[in-house]
Amino acid sequence: MADVVVQQGTVARTATRRRSGLQKALKRKSTAAFLMTLPLILLIACLVLYPALYSVHLATLNKSMARFVGFGNFEFLFKRDTFWLVVRQSCIFAISAVILKALIGFIVAHFVHNVPANKQRKWRGMLLVPWVIPPAMSTLAWLWLFDPSYSAFNYTLSFFGIGPIPWTGDAMWARFSVILVNVWYGAPFFMIMYLAALKSVPEQLYEAAAIDGANWWQRIWYVTLPMMRNIIAITTLFSLIVTFANFDIVRILTAGGPLDHTHIFATWAFRVGIEGSDIPLGASVSLFMVPILAVAAVFILRDVNKRGNEA
Amino acid sequence: MADVTLRKVVKRYDDVEAVRGIDLDIADHEFVVLVGPSGCGKSTTLRMIAGLEDISDGDIMIGGDVVNDVPPKDRDIAMVFQNYALYPHMTVAENMSFGLRLKHYPKAEINARVTEAARMLDITDLINRKPKQLSGGQRQRVAMGRAIVRNPKVFLFDEPLSNLDAKLRVQMRIEIKKVHQKVRTTTVYVTHDQVEAMTLADRVVVMNHGRIEQIGTPNELYHKPATKFVASFIGSPAMNFVPCRLEDSAGKLHLRLTDRLAFPLPPARAARYNALPRTDKLLFGIRPEHMTEASPHAEPGVEPFDATLDVTEPMGMETLVYFTLEGTAVCGRVNPNAGAQDGGPLRMAVDLNNMHLLNEATGAVL
Amino acid sequence: MSTVTIDKAGPTRKVKYGSMSRDRAWALRWSYFFLTLFAIFSLVPPIYMLITSLKSSAEISAATNPWWVFHPTLSNYIELLTSNQFLRFFWNSAWVSIIVVTITMLISVPAAFALSRMKFWGSATLATGVFLTYLVPDSLLFIPLFKMFAVIGDWTGIQLINKWYVLLFIYPTLTVPFCTWIMIGYFASIPKELDEAAIIDGASWFQTLTRIFIPVALPGLIAATIFAFTVSWAQYLYPLVFTTSTDQLVLPVGIITTLIKGDVFNWGQIMTGALLGAAPPLIIYAFLMDYYIAGLTAGATKG
Repeated sequence: MADVVVQQGTVARTATRRRSGLQKALKRKSTAAFLMTLPLILLIACLVLYPALYSVHLATLNKSMARFVGFGNFEFLFKRDTFWLVVRQSCIFAISAVILKALIGFIVAHFVHNVPANKQRKWRGMLLVPWVIPPAMSTLAWLWLFDPSYSAFNYTLSFFGIGPIPWTGDAMWARFSVILVNVWYGAPFFMIMYLAALKSVPEQLYEAAAIDGANWWQRIWYVTLPMMRNIIAITTLFSLIVTFANFDIVRILTAGGPLDHTHIFATWAFRVGIEGSDIPLGASVSLFMVPILAVAAVFILRDVNKRGNEA
Repeated sequence: MADVTLRKVVKRYDDVEAVRGIDLDIADHEFVVLVGPSGCGKSTTLRMIAGLEDISDGDIMIGGDVVNDVPPKDRDIAMVFQNYALYPHMTVAENMSFGLRLKHYPKAEINARVTEAARMLDITDLINRKPKQLSGGQRQRVAMGRAIVRNPKVFLFDEPLSNLDAKLRVQMRIEIKKVHQKVRTTTVYVTHDQVEAMTLADRVVVMNHGRIEQIGTPNELYHKPATKFVASFIGSPAMNFVPCRLEDSAGKLHLRLTDRLAFPLPPARAARYNALPRTDKLLFGIRPEHMTEASPHAEPGVEPFDATLDVTEPMGMETLVYFTLEGTAVCGRVNPNAGAQDGGPLRMAVDLNNMHLLNEATGAVL
Repeated sequence: MSTVTIDKAGPTRKVKYGSMSRDRAWALRWSYFFLTLFAIFSLVPPIYMLITSLKSSAEISAATNPWWVFHPTLSNYIELLTSNQFLRFFWNSAWVSIIVVTITMLISVPAAFALSRMKFWGSATLATGVFLTYLVPDSLLFIPLFKMFAVIGDWTGIQLINKWYVLLFIYPTLTVPFCTWIMIGYFASIPKELDEAAIIDGASWFQTLTRIFIPVALPGLIAATIFAFTVSWAQYLYPLVFTTSTDQLVLPVGIITTLIKGDVFNWGQIMTGALLGAAPPLIIYAFLMDYYIAGLTAGATKG
């Protein structure tokens, strides 16, 4: 009897002691964790989150930033032809470049995957070079290749009786050129992502499919694509964001010309906001990227989480 | 070196109780094995002793001190993990000395201890290799070496042999036993393998559903299981259970399996079970080695019966025979020369001196 | 070895196998053919940079075969590498990149460790937030950031705009989220028992990070470092917005704004500068290709 009482007392005492100790331990650990993430939190809050909100605020001011104009900047933009030109060109540029990059990346990845394993490294190494060179530097080379008077491409094409092509002088050709350079720069990224995905497909699946009588095309359709679906989605959406927000290539290659026909949101926002010193209008222009970026980001997040759960 | 005591230890995860109030006294130098199926709370118990999990309720004492709030590093314990958890970027010697180096032991002392442990575990030649260059058994030795050099109060082993193949497992089992004989450190060892538990332990703790089913020496558990769970968990092939009832006929207590089959109980057993109610809710428990082929001369308490075998499994030194005993599938062990054949008849005998009688509802052994 | 099996399998199978191996051989030939085409497509711009950089201005304006150097000269290289201005760009770029890499690692490694191992209130949300931040492009933030730093300059008198070190504040917004994200992945792949073993060995959280996690996740750390360096080195928009004086410019902006004078393009020097600007990332890539690729593909995976 007495024994039981004593034991109960012990249990009750230790229970309270335990809880306070646990709380202290939790506090200690989470304090340490918080301190370790604090610089990251500050960085994101002050230099990403705040500016993002600040740009919404900026977009509602007039050019001298003295007066609140509400949606005035947006109304002004909607009335300008150049704005609609930019919207259209941004979409054409991003969508066609991403599709081309995805297709070329997929095809090239297959070719690399076909080659004996010991030679793959060499090919992969060469094919990834465009992604490694800073785009500002490589676009300069393209600009020189496209030079109106000394174009090395036109020199070569003249032997086939073609040209001279106004690579950056004509609106249609300039649009083609910026897409071409963007595809050149971005396709290797797709290639390398797809190659990694291809390598993760177990060889037995192909053997099983071959035994089941699947031909080359059916193997791609029923084995490769389903296995790679997630990585294709992530890569494409990611590239859509990066391409949509592209600045370097268009800025250096055409600077938006001829006659604003190749401007995309980023380059036009720079032209209006920094060069034209109308910061609110520039902020308004770049805010138009937000909806499409947000949609793509949400889908990427979903797919990345799905991948995380699969793994 | 120290004793370990658990008092009403409880572990709750949100609303699930993984460990439901465990009392356990482990004496100094003792080798105790916690055994049970996965999810029985044995690993959680070990991790609470290590300090890797907080205790929801109760007390854990090491060497007489309550260590509930003591961080793992101050509990003076060493642990060997299932996947060895060797630091991949360190050599064997660095792995073993890491804890000592963190505590700023003198270099000479560290070297002496590492050399001694390596010699004891026969890994002196591997001392400068990285874990990647070692085989599974060698990694296991290094993990043990890392525990030994610390010279802790308690060794904790968390299923250390499950990643090894069958042959190595037997070898390492012996190795662990040898090490314990040399260093005599109090050891708590978790495994799901009852053979490991039986062969290694001074005492075995059988756990199920977060509770202790029985604590005892390997022989006690085998011969005097307290519950049906222990009876079926310990021993391979497992104990057979056949529904039965007790019956008085011709002045003797009988064990009736069906209308057709009943055995008279030997006097010792009859005396033990006589007070029990004559209900249906009983189980007859018998280990396979106590159901053998009938021998020509009758022994007291060994009752013959006829069986038709379903399947036989020749094991070499014995043959396992599977048949149905009045509707229940059971297993027996017979001599390889007894003439057991798939689908054939065999005269069997059951040794009632080694029988168990269980309450079907509670699982308690009567 | 396979032929032996086929012989046993009989003549019909052998014919079938033969056609399959012939298919494979053709597939391989086509693969090489197209890979060669794509490799040419990939390498034309950098090779053309090299060709042009070896030409004199006279040869360039003579409009000879652009794909060939008739009178190779290193004069462009000599001129650039002895020009104080160009060296200044190079050093600005180098300083910015090295300091940004350091800042990035100091911020992202501890944060990734905390996010992957020390579950605390909001840690999952924060990890998601980090990933989302990584998706925010520079072209969305350059205008508000520019205005922000201008306002800070007005308020405090600390003028950061048009100073190369303003980039040290801004580049981490591009590098830290991604590096944190991939370090979370690398840390998460370290088995839990390893830190438990370290805890039992008596290591503190800090010691677990520095003595266990960082050495074990070294490949990830290298990949993250490479990423941070290449992003800092290649960034064009932010320095274009934030710096204007020639002594504050980094390489990409410097080459484009100083070597292109109005309508006069000195292509020999521009290509030389571009090639020199592309050299550091290319050299890193050449020596650490596997880490580079690991970092590239890590972004799409979680742990």
